[in-house]
Amino acid sequence: MADKTAQKVHREPWLHIAKRSEIPGWQAWLIRLAAILIAFVLVGIISSLLTGEGIGEVYGIMIRGVFGRLFEGQFSAKMMWRFLQSTAILLCLSLAVTPAFKMKFWNCGAEGQALIGGLVAMICMMNLSGLPYWLLLVVIVVTSTLAGAVWGLIPALFKAQYGTNETLFTLMMNYVATQITAYYVYLVGKGSGTINPVDTGNLPVLFGAPYLLNILIVAILTVALFIYLKNSKQGYEITVVGESQNTARYIGINVKKVIIRTMMISGALCGVAGMLLVAGTNHSVNTNTVGGQGFTAIMVSWLGQFNAFIMAGMAALIVFLKSGAAKVADTFFLNSSYADIVSGIVILFLVGCEFFIRYTVKIRRNKKEETV
Amino acid sequence: MISAFIRTAIPLGVPLLYGSTGEIITEKSGHLNLGIPGIMYVGSIGGVIGAFLYENACGNVLENMNPFLTIFIPLICSLLGSILMGLIYSFLTVTLRANQNVTGLALTTFGIGIGNFFGGSLSKLVNSDMPNIILTKTSSLYRTSLPFADKLGWFGEIFLSHDFLTYFSVIVALVAAFVLNRTRVGLNLRAVGENPATADAAGINVTRYKYISTCIGSAIAGLGGLQYVMAYANGVWSNNAFGDRGWMAIALVIFALWKPNMAILGSFLFGALCNVNNYLTGLGTATQELFKMLPYVVTLVVLIITSMRKKREHQPPQSLGLPYFREER
Repeated sequence: MADKTAQKVHREPWLHIAKRSEIPGWQAWLIRLAAILIAFVLVGIISSLLTGEGIGEVYGIMIRGVFGRLFEGQFSAKMMWRFLQSTAILLCLSLAVTPAFKMKFWNCGAEGQALIGGLVAMICMMNLSGLPYWLLLVVIVVTSTLAGAVWGLIPALFKAQYGTNETLFTLMMNYVATQITAYYVYLVGKGSGTINPVDTGNLPVLFGAPYLLNILIVAILTVALFIYLKNSKQGYEITVVGESQNTARYIGINVKKVIIRTMMISGALCGVAGMLLVAGTNHSVNTNTVGGQGFTAIMVSWLGQFNAFIMAGMAALIVFLKSGAAKVADTFFLNSSYADIVSGIVILFLVGCEFFIRYTVKIRRNKKEETV
Repeated sequence: MISAFIRTAIPLGVPLLYGSTGEIITEKSGHLNLGIPGIMYVGSIGGVIGAFLYENACGNVLENMNPFLTIFIPLICSLLGSILMGLIYSFLTVTLRANQNVTGLALTTFGIGIGNFFGGSLSKLVNSDMPNIILTKTSSLYRTSLPFADKLGWFGEIFLSHDFLTYFSVIVALVAAFVLNRTRVGLNLRAVGENPATADAAGINVTRYKYISTCIGSAIAGLGGLQYVMAYANGVWSNNAFGDRGWMAIALVIFALWKPNMAILGSFLFGALCNVNNYLTGLGTATQELFKMLPYVVTLVVLIITSMRKKREHQPPQSLGLPYFREER
């Protein structure tokens, strides 16, 4: 805003924006927390306007919708598992896009990379049921990971070779993946457009908890990715390429190789997420299996400062908001897209508040000059 | 059959033309607005809300409805909605210098949410008797085609049988092309998108140009949503029916090489590509789904070819996607 008035020669701007020097981490988090709180109040006000209930009651419904009657002492294990499962899948996709983002490669294709991984897992489950169970699992994991990696590799090759815009390339690849899935679903589903869940090649159920394996896999991936980005040579190369490609070239990093390798990792992790969704959760596939989570993951990754553990918290926040808002909408017979509005508001506030972390706004106090 | 194919392809291309023209204007100021799909949903639902309230206020009787207001109210509501979305986007990315990709994606989530939410809950919120939103009366006015359309054979069918928003989309694209390439305002705007620091030094108000171009771009894109629901979908709102046309519009910007007059050609070509699968019913549903891939594959090919040829006039604005902070040089 300062730029606007700055041009008038005789008047000093009354607002002045300056870059902050690095502020302590806790202060930055205080700002983010404040942004979340303001967003929550806004969401509460909108909700109570739409439903006619008080803000507290709306949030009560949200919490009950996600965790069950937690505060009344009735712990719902089933709901807790479902919450952790949704968080794990969203986190897995967010982890997947993070190495690419750190390299300033805007991989908007997590949706398609995960879907193609899930589709390949489904094809294996349907056609290779004759294999021994352990071998089938290995084949599913390997092929779906590879499928995701290939889907990430294609845009990376063109980016590395010709500098093709990766945002739009990966976006378009999403729809190619969607249509291939639609083709397969109509082919196998004989025109009905649905494939019934199959019971071959499902991921094993640990300790009677259906989603535990998914959650454990994602937990391991979270730690692994944190270490990979922070402490490995390849992670360092990713950071350097992201900061400045010229610097990277100067110190002898093969930029093309790093771009291609990182995108393959990114795509492979998306493929794992798709595999978890199909072999570990739904046991079937359709065009909506990933359901836009690939896009939400981009925001989660960015909001989590590319830090795997903060991303876990952000993923949990988004999943809480989405399923809680869906419950509110359900209770008052409103449309379930209310969840997208709520998460959209919170994300927009979080995106906006980064400004106050990086810049400070100085207000001119001298009134005499203002009136000139 | 050929004239029927072209006649049905054109309405499919119109929302894409509005979307891509709007996105081109925004991108010329250096902002990659990935919120366009959401903005088009808001433009669409804005018009629906306006029309719904007006039809209800007139007691759902066509005779009570003033033709001018029937057109005007949804139009204004649609424009207000999409401009508001454009303002949110430009406040976050221009003033607060937020990351454009993340802001855009969040805005798309938000906008599609708003569209589907109000589309699905509007009747409940205003306690109307109508369970679904069917705005045939408003739509019939929006669909008024040119006279003589059915008397001139194939010529009338292809060129004259469309609604006024279709013709307006072409006019908007031509005007945008003229303003961008032939006027001082256009030159300044392109300067802002290529190198905001230089533009700033030349005395151009960078912030104002970015705000105005984003808001005008959003308004134009929102009209695409309005045209879809009022003219193409006969005034019937169904959730997610608008689909991924917004993303296709963003893809078209590359196809058109950031030129609005190329976008006219491109969007009607895309409309035809989207229409192909409707004319291949003999191939079965599965293969039809494969043919729906065509527009995206064509975009990918164009994207690859333009990046391989590296012609200077075919490149995106140089500072596309980068925030500008005057003191950071």
